[in-house]
Amino acid sequence: MKQRYILLFASFFYLQLSCAQDENPPQIETPNNSKYDYEVVVDAIDIPWGMDFISANELLVTEKTGTLYRVTNGEKKTVEGLPEIYVRGQGGLLDVALHPDFKNNQIIYLTLGATLEGDEGGNTALYCAKLNGLRLEDVKLLYKATPNTKKGQHWGSRIVFDKEGHVYFTVGDRGNRDENPQDIMRDGGKVYRLNLDGSIPKDNPFVNSQGAKTAIYSYGHRNPQGMTVHPETGAIWENEHGPKGGDEINIIEKGKNYGWPKITYGINYSGTIITNDKALPNMEQPYYYWLPSIGPSGMAFSTSGVYKKWKGDLFVGSLKFEYLERLVIKNNKVVKREKVLDKIGRVRNVKQGPDGFLYVGVEGKGILKIVPKK
Amino acid sequence: MKLFLGLYALFILGFASWLPQKSRTESIADGAELYQDFCVQCHLDSGLGVSGVFPPLKQSDYLFENIDRAIAGVKYGLKGPIVVNEEAYNGVMVMQGLDDQEIADVMNYILNSWGNQWEETITSNRVKEIPKP
Repeated sequence: MKQRYILLFASFFYLQLSCAQDENPPQIETPNNSKYDYEVVVDAIDIPWGMDFISANELLVTEKTGTLYRVTNGEKKTVEGLPEIYVRGQGGLLDVALHPDFKNNQIIYLTLGATLEGDEGGNTALYCAKLNGLRLEDVKLLYKATPNTKKGQHWGSRIVFDKEGHVYFTVGDRGNRDENPQDIMRDGGKVYRLNLDGSIPKDNPFVNSQGAKTAIYSYGHRNPQGMTVHPETGAIWENEHGPKGGDEINIIEKGKNYGWPKITYGINYSGTIITNDKALPNMEQPYYYWLPSIGPSGMAFSTSGVYKKWKGDLFVGSLKFEYLERLVIKNNKVVKREKVLDKIGRVRNVKQGPDGFLYVGVEGKGILKIVPKK
Repeated sequence: MKLFLGLYALFILGFASWLPQKSRTESIADGAELYQDFCVQCHLDSGLGVSGVFPPLKQSDYLFENIDRAIAGVKYGLKGPIVVNEEAYNGVMVMQGLDDQEIADVMNYILNSWGNQWEETITSNRVKEIPKP
């Protein structure tokens, strides 16, 4: 009898251990009566990874398996002349972004999986090109992460610009967390910063470090698939896929180490421990971490005021739980989280359009526009 | 002498056809590694997937009903409504960029894991011949 109790106690203890990951507040809320609905702007795109707006009724959308669409009034046409794209696992055609002076120079930037060195495998590359109608011209390689690998994981990638003439883009750790993210002499697990022409800014943090990849702006990342510029501070905000329970929001600062895989709030998806450290000296804490993981992708602030009460709020797609997440930030802290468009499908991307509305890329659907209910 | 030559030719032919193909054990082991890299995020370590979102591979009637259809799904991608073990799914699995041998390996792993059993070993040649549906 006594033995039985011990067994019972032991099994409870085991259960407790196996659910040791608690939720990180604030808890996600599901509004009963959503005031918002959606309109389909572009349909039938399997993985609408990236998008950027040429005008309120014209945009570019990437489809991960290798198609760039130019969409005019909801009608999509394929853009030709793309560089060769290496599609494997999570890699393929990733983000697209218009040059800050696109109106005058028609230049766009693309991140994609590339295999240029003639060996096996691939890695993330940043290109720029001139968009002439439905054709890319003057296609230029600006950066190619090395070495190539046949691993399917963690290519990133997002592209943003600051107001000082820099382009930022991300590359994930490429499934090699033990070697890539903490080593500034290696690519992968980094946020990169280049001048708009692809040259290395003289004040990049590691330009004077022997052997360093001088395009690196910050390191210790796992797989950043969301990035945006804060509308007031101009700071670069990023979200990244962590291991189980370790998805993060970070504010990216020059030369800083964001800790992966030395510190994390997550554990391996198999349940085993990666590290017991959640904090270490000289490593940044996340601004927020999602526990449970939501599978974050895409990131945008709503600034326009077209939605009542959403002005200044942050929006992030959830691939895992298939909703758009609204995060309310007060006193530099996430104080409220709410589902928008619950059960809509795997949300890959979110951006604010020139008309102030939020546009959402949903896998298997396309691009949806969030509109107030009539 | 003729007999000897004949035997010799048979031996060479037999050897040649055997040589490029991996052993079953080797293929399953390589498939396990590929599964962790390309499949586990959705179909999970258990092969159970996520009910209503990502279909199960463990004891999946959809899989065992038509192996070639499953191979085509991995090779070319699969989307739209399907029913697996009496549950409806309507998602997107994109082509993962695996080569024919890798697809054979991961199929052999899936067909022989979590209690799944399949006697026949899938070869790269079989994968190669499966057309786009």
